[in-house]
Amino acid sequence: MLVSTEIARFDGITLDSGARIEPLDVAYETYGTLNADRSNAILVVHAFTGDAHAAGISQETGKPGWWDNSIGPAKAFDTNQYFVICSNILGGCQGTTGPASINPATGKPWGMSFPAVTVRDMVRLQKMLVDSLGIRQLLAVAGGSMGGMQALEWAVSFPEHVRSVIVIASTARHSPQQIAFNEVGRQSIMADPDWNGGDYYDGAVPARGLSVARMVGHITYMSDESMREKFGRRRKDKPTTAIDVAPEFEVESYLRYRGSQFVTRFDANSYIYITKAMDTYDVSNGNATLADAFEGVSTRFLVISFTSDWLYPSYQSQEIVRTLRRRNHDVAYCELPSNYGHDAFLVDVAEQTELIRGFLASTYRGAAGAAA
Amino acid sequence: MTTLAGRSDFAVIGRIITPKSRVLDLGCGEGELLEWLIRQKQVTARGVEISPARVRRAIARGVSAFQGDLNEGLADFPDNAFDYVILSQTLQETHQPVRVIEEMLRVGKRAIVSFPNFGHWSVRANMLFTGRSPRTKAFPYEWYETPNIHFLSVTDFERLAEQKGLRIDHREFLAGERRITWLPNLRAEVAVFLFG
Repeated sequence: MLVSTEIARFDGITLDSGARIEPLDVAYETYGTLNADRSNAILVVHAFTGDAHAAGISQETGKPGWWDNSIGPAKAFDTNQYFVICSNILGGCQGTTGPASINPATGKPWGMSFPAVTVRDMVRLQKMLVDSLGIRQLLAVAGGSMGGMQALEWAVSFPEHVRSVIVIASTARHSPQQIAFNEVGRQSIMADPDWNGGDYYDGAVPARGLSVARMVGHITYMSDESMREKFGRRRKDKPTTAIDVAPEFEVESYLRYRGSQFVTRFDANSYIYITKAMDTYDVSNGNATLADAFEGVSTRFLVISFTSDWLYPSYQSQEIVRTLRRRNHDVAYCELPSNYGHDAFLVDVAEQTELIRGFLASTYRGAAGAAA
Repeated sequence: MTTLAGRSDFAVIGRIITPKSRVLDLGCGEGELLEWLIRQKQVTARGVEISPARVRRAIARGVSAFQGDLNEGLADFPDNAFDYVILSQTLQETHQPVRVIEEMLRVGKRAIVSFPNFGHWSVRANMLFTGRSPRTKAFPYEWYETPNIHFLSVTDFERLAEQKGLRIDHREFLAGERRITWLPNLRAEVAVFLFG
């Protein structure tokens, strides 16, 4: 399936902070066919560094989408049945307006003068895109990690416009540990002299800082076990006993490679803006309690966590589930066994697929029943 | 309908539940009963199940199940959230059966409990003639591997209901797929009670 990324342009958006960005672009892709009554649309929302290219083979790059194992004919999100949309988030750097975009007022990249964005802002922009596609109500919004936060926010911000949400390996709010890892990433970028207060678009990008930030990120996405299986203590042959700071263990080469690759596709300022949006997000923002946030919400929920995910541990998913149960919301929850850590929702998808397919099918049946 | 998913007590429960009611199934397994109730009686269904593999199967069937033990499963629900709370063939495995029953009646208007009858003649005969912990069709386990920790008979349950002031609205007794009306404490293999 060859796909290409589209760009939708909007007049502007007013952010939670009161700041306004105008105009702005949203990069998105769609898969499958919207049915006649427009009741089969699913919005898939990407995690931190993802992009609009979720499935199929990109016409531009020739690469498969980041969730290609889960979106397509007969996959978890079956494109024979459903119309799937994925867009790049606000503040991102892969087609949607973000800090690397040109500020029309100055004719130069925004850099750190880009206004702060929140997860709620990202969701509001997704809603504008969905509206522009002529879809009044989504069958589902689904995402893992930060995508899960956005899915939760959809249920809270637009309960009448989404029949169900799928929240995978995610949380209602970041823990101090999650904020701490993000802060290490931000500090690493800002410690790189090439960062230059975020003003680097004319010269060298802060490649060293950004790649170290990515290396830390990769460690948190894997598990102790998956790293042992993948790398062990394998190393290169070394003729000398002197200390060697060149990559020696396989895990070191791997992290350096992933770090340097990341620099070619991701903007350092976007890294700062998006991690800040994640850290400050709390689904209960503006409400007395977490439970109050879900008052009046009639959306179905499917929550999934993974046993070896220590970055978004199961207790965070269970907190969401318990909160929903207290209000007797319609919630299904399962902790899946996996050794892949936080990455499980992207790579270890067999059982996740079974859950998503059943959940979507019953939601779709329910929707059809309600319409009849 | 004499059995449902191979279970005669499911068939009885299926008959008892009224259409479009709200149902919680404690220990819902792979969600067979709830799936049937959703399709045949358009109920609003929730299930709790301790085994992750079974929860997965239940969700794949379209049942809103979640993973948790009985106590977790009940504690978070608000009062009167359900019309029926089902506990099928599990009461004898709980540590605090009375507490479980009280909680069932807190979150639900009525409770449906089914259990294997320890008063059945085969249990009595087995123990009398072998002098060992009884092993029968309904109680197939060795004493050291049985999940059953609180053995009860039809009469035991009726006594408890009397003591606790439970109003029994319906009772049904089964031997295989047959309904038993006469001498149930001696002849029923499985008992089903609907009470509030």
